[in-house]
Order: sequence, then structure tokens, then C-alpha cells
Amino acid sequence: MSRFVPLLGFVLLVALFGFGIWWNTGHDQHEIVSPLINKPAPAFSLPVLGDETQHVSKQQLLGKPYFLNVFGSWCIECVHEHPVLSEQVKNLGLPLVGFNYKDDPKDAAAWLTEHGNPFDRVIVDRDGRAGIDFGVYGAPETFLIDGKGVIRYKHVGPITPEVVEKEFRPALAALAKEGG
Amino acid sequence: MRRLAMLAALCLLPLLAFAQAIQPLPFRDRAEELRFQHLSAELRCPMCQNETLADSNAPIAHDLRRQIFEMMQAGKSDAEIKAYLVDRYSSFVLYKPPVEPQTWLLWFGPLLVLAAGGIVVAVQVRRRSRQAPPVAAIDTEDDW
Repeated sequence: MSRFVPLLGFVLLVALFGFGIWWNTGHDQHEIVSPLINKPAPAFSLPVLGDETQHVSKQQLLGKPYFLNVFGSWCIECVHEHPVLSEQVKNLGLPLVGFNYKDDPKDAAAWLTEHGNPFDRVIVDRDGRAGIDFGVYGAPETFLIDGKGVIRYKHVGPITPEVVEKEFRPALAALAKEGG
Repeated sequence: MRRLAMLAALCLLPLLAFAQAIQPLPFRDRAEELRFQHLSAELRCPMCQNETLADSNAPIAHDLRRQIFEMMQAGKSDAEIKAYLVDRYSSFVLYKPPVEPQTWLLWFGPLLVLAAGGIVVAVQVRRRSRQAPPVAAIDTEDDW
């Protein structure tokens, strides 16, 4: 019996390493799971792109769930996700708020003219301070914020059609269920 | 003479690299600067995840260093600054993770493995000493 002990040890090691490989290929290792999920979004009041005298605050957006998409004209992946944002995400029927992150407003406006503007409104976080409160560490990132101002879901990196189907839709379905 | 002066100036040029930190911040004194360096070296940059906030040149590392600096100026303690970052970026930003139920395996796992190995060895030793008669150890060439 005891001669099987080394074999057993070997099998256990194989299982451990196999699990490690499976685990690391199954999720994005660079994604930090946000501690803000299911917590109230941070308060913000940020100028509107194109008219900096106007501000949009968290309070003003309460009442209806919306997507908050962090983007910048300097961000290459944002160009890649742009068509998905303009079609698949837009078709989900929620307001789409653009969060222009660490960008020159002029460049942002030019970028939106060039690629098309899928956003219902765009707010400007020029120096990235509001971004820190949201736990943003790059672009693109997308938040789903519910009518009570709670962050329900976050996606880091470019949105793909697959992400919309597998993550956005279920997150929305969960919201709709709650709403009755 | 003039050439010599030029040469001397050229030789001093590389020293500029020491003077130019990634991001020069207006520290009040040397102690504050050391505290800042110590703290930012303990924190991980969320963007390039194998770099500390002190080393990284990612935009977010820039912003977070500025944030840490401002919080230090506002009189916040190291613990408060860490808590601020953990609230937003999770305990992932700490190079030394806290001891909490989620990280017990990380902290005590090696001990567990060591203990398991120790038990296996102890059991084997006991069993063998019981099986083998004390004097039978003469013809044990091929029997380990």
C-alpha cells in the first residue's frame, strides 16, 4: 500500500499544476476585481465636454440605470471597442455616459467627430482625480450603475460582442428582475 | 582651458539622471521624501502589475503618486493612505497582503504543507521501526 504514496503525491501535484493552468487561462490576470461593485458610486460633479460651464453630477443621473464608459482619444483599445459600443451596447437601451479620462477636451471632441459619438453625454475628468475614486486604472473601462447610483458591474478592457452577450445582458437581466 | 571646462561639464552630464526623479514632487524635507519613497515602494501599480508605484511610469502610477503626496501633505497616516487605495483598487495594490480569512491559505499554506510532510515522515519512520527487527539489518543490500 505504502508504495503507492509517491504515485499519489505525483497525481496530487499534477492536479495542482493542472488547476493552476486552468485557473490562469480562464480569467484575465490583469483585471483587478473592483472592490466598488455593489457599493454606491463615488460622488462626482464633472464638466460636460464642449460646454465646461455645465456640470453633471452623480445626483443628476440617479433614477435610471446607465453605462459609464471610460475612454480617451489617446486610447487605442477604445477605437477597437467603439463599433461595439455604438451598436451592441447602444441597442441594450440604456443611456450611455462617456467618461473622458485624462484627455485634452479638444482631442476628445475631434476623436468623437472622427469615429462617431455613441454617448448621450460626455463628462470630462481631465486630471484623472474622479477616475481614482472610481478605481479606474486605464481605458477603456465600463461601469453599469443602477438607478440608485450603485455600481453593479464593471468591465475592464475593450468590450467585445461576446462580453455584451455573456456579461452585459445577464447584468441587465439581474437589474430588471429587481425592478419587478 | 576652455576645452577642459567643456570636458568637465560633459562628464557631469550623466549626473542629471540622478537629479531627475520620475516625477519631481515638492517635498518639505528629506524625511518626508523618504517616507514617500518607502510607502510608494510598498504599493503595486494597478496598470503594470509587476512594478511598484515608485518605479512605474504608467499614467495611473503618476496620478496615484500625486494622490499619495497630497494625502501626506494633508497629514494622513500611511495606514490611512493604504486604506484609501485599497478601497478603490482592492488589496491587490498592497505588495504585502493583510492577514485575513481570504489570505490565510497564502500566509499559512506553506506551514500546512510542511506539517503534512512532517506527518508522512513520522508515520513512515514509526512503521519501519516497528516492522524491521532490530538485528535483521545485515542482508539489506536491496531493501530500503
